[in-house]
Amino acid sequence: MDTRPETVKMSFISESHIGATQSYPVSIARPSDYVALLKPRVMSLVIFTALTGVLISPVHVNPVIGFASLLAIAMGAGASGALNMWYDSDIDALMRRTQRRPIPAGRMRKEDALGFGLVLAVLAVMTLGIVANWLAAALLAFTIFFYVAIYTMWLKRSTPQNIVIGGAAGALPPIIGYAAATGEISLACMALFAIIFIWTPPHFWALALVKAEEYGRAGVPMLPNVKGADRTRRDILLYTLLLAPLGLVPWLMGFASLAYGVIAVSLGAAMLIFSARVHHNRTGSKADRCAKQLFGFSILYLFLLFAEIASERFIAILAANLPGLSP
Amino acid sequence: MKMESKMPGVVLTPEQQKTRRQRNIAIGLAIGGFALLFYIVTIAKLGPGVLNRPL
Repeated sequence: MDTRPETVKMSFISESHIGATQSYPVSIARPSDYVALLKPRVMSLVIFTALTGVLISPVHVNPVIGFASLLAIAMGAGASGALNMWYDSDIDALMRRTQRRPIPAGRMRKEDALGFGLVLAVLAVMTLGIVANWLAAALLAFTIFFYVAIYTMWLKRSTPQNIVIGGAAGALPPIIGYAAATGEISLACMALFAIIFIWTPPHFWALALVKAEEYGRAGVPMLPNVKGADRTRRDILLYTLLLAPLGLVPWLMGFASLAYGVIAVSLGAAMLIFSARVHHNRTGSKADRCAKQLFGFSILYLFLLFAEIASERFIAILAANLPGLSP
Repeated sequence: MKMESKMPGVVLTPEQQKTRRQRNIAIGLAIGGFALLFYIVTIAKLGPGVLNRPL
């Protein structure tokens, strides 16, 4: 056992910094910085889509198990965010949108973010495996791996199709949620996967049109920088043409009501209008405004579609379980 | 002993001390929350049978 006084033990960390009160690399990161590493806004979307995956399952899910499973999925999403910020801290420092993140802002060391992300990833996967099942845990592990290694480390800096392929990571949570509830994968959760997967390119490219200069400065090959704004506008419209009918699939497959179908038609039409405006308006401040509007509306689009499915299923579960409400 | 008294060791700034304390509290709460979660999940998985075991 080491019986040396604390001061002597600590001096072995770095002899050159003994007594140096300002330069010693002790973290000044606050808990809120660690929360920022988790990308809370992305995490909330992951929780929401995974919850929808749980709710469309045909089995009864114990609320405690369901809550713990969602917490584990959220932890996995947070781990992905932390590992993404660890790897991308160099380019984060070059873009206004990301330069206030904990690492580029100088409040946290890269190694701390790496350690935090790895520990959280392992904890998330193990927890989901123990609480739900190992299929869901394996899917969560794959999602973290895909987002960090395939998207962040490889695709993001090497191809303008980065977010098309990388979007699979963001689309997997409904499948993980469904697998956590049932222990298997179904066509229904695959349909939700497909909606998010096809939604991702027009959503991100709308942002990339506005932030093209920043992405260019950081050396990230987003579609507008590599293929040009016109090609990006065309692809946004093409993907939205795919997305609008795809939004109807939950109704056509029978796990969402006619009301959902009507909402999906309306929202799909609105997405097409916003995309057509982006396609049509190519110069000046109006072009930027149209792209920002599409970006904002695309978030609302996905939220409302999933909220309708989730609320329909939630009401059905309540009606089946609460005395007096069941038919 | 003489050498120890000459070595100031690592002297944290007030900000470093404050944020370290905040982190320690956050870690403590996270571990406590995690332990509680696993306790509740265990009870939920075992169900009423948790009280119904041979002694």
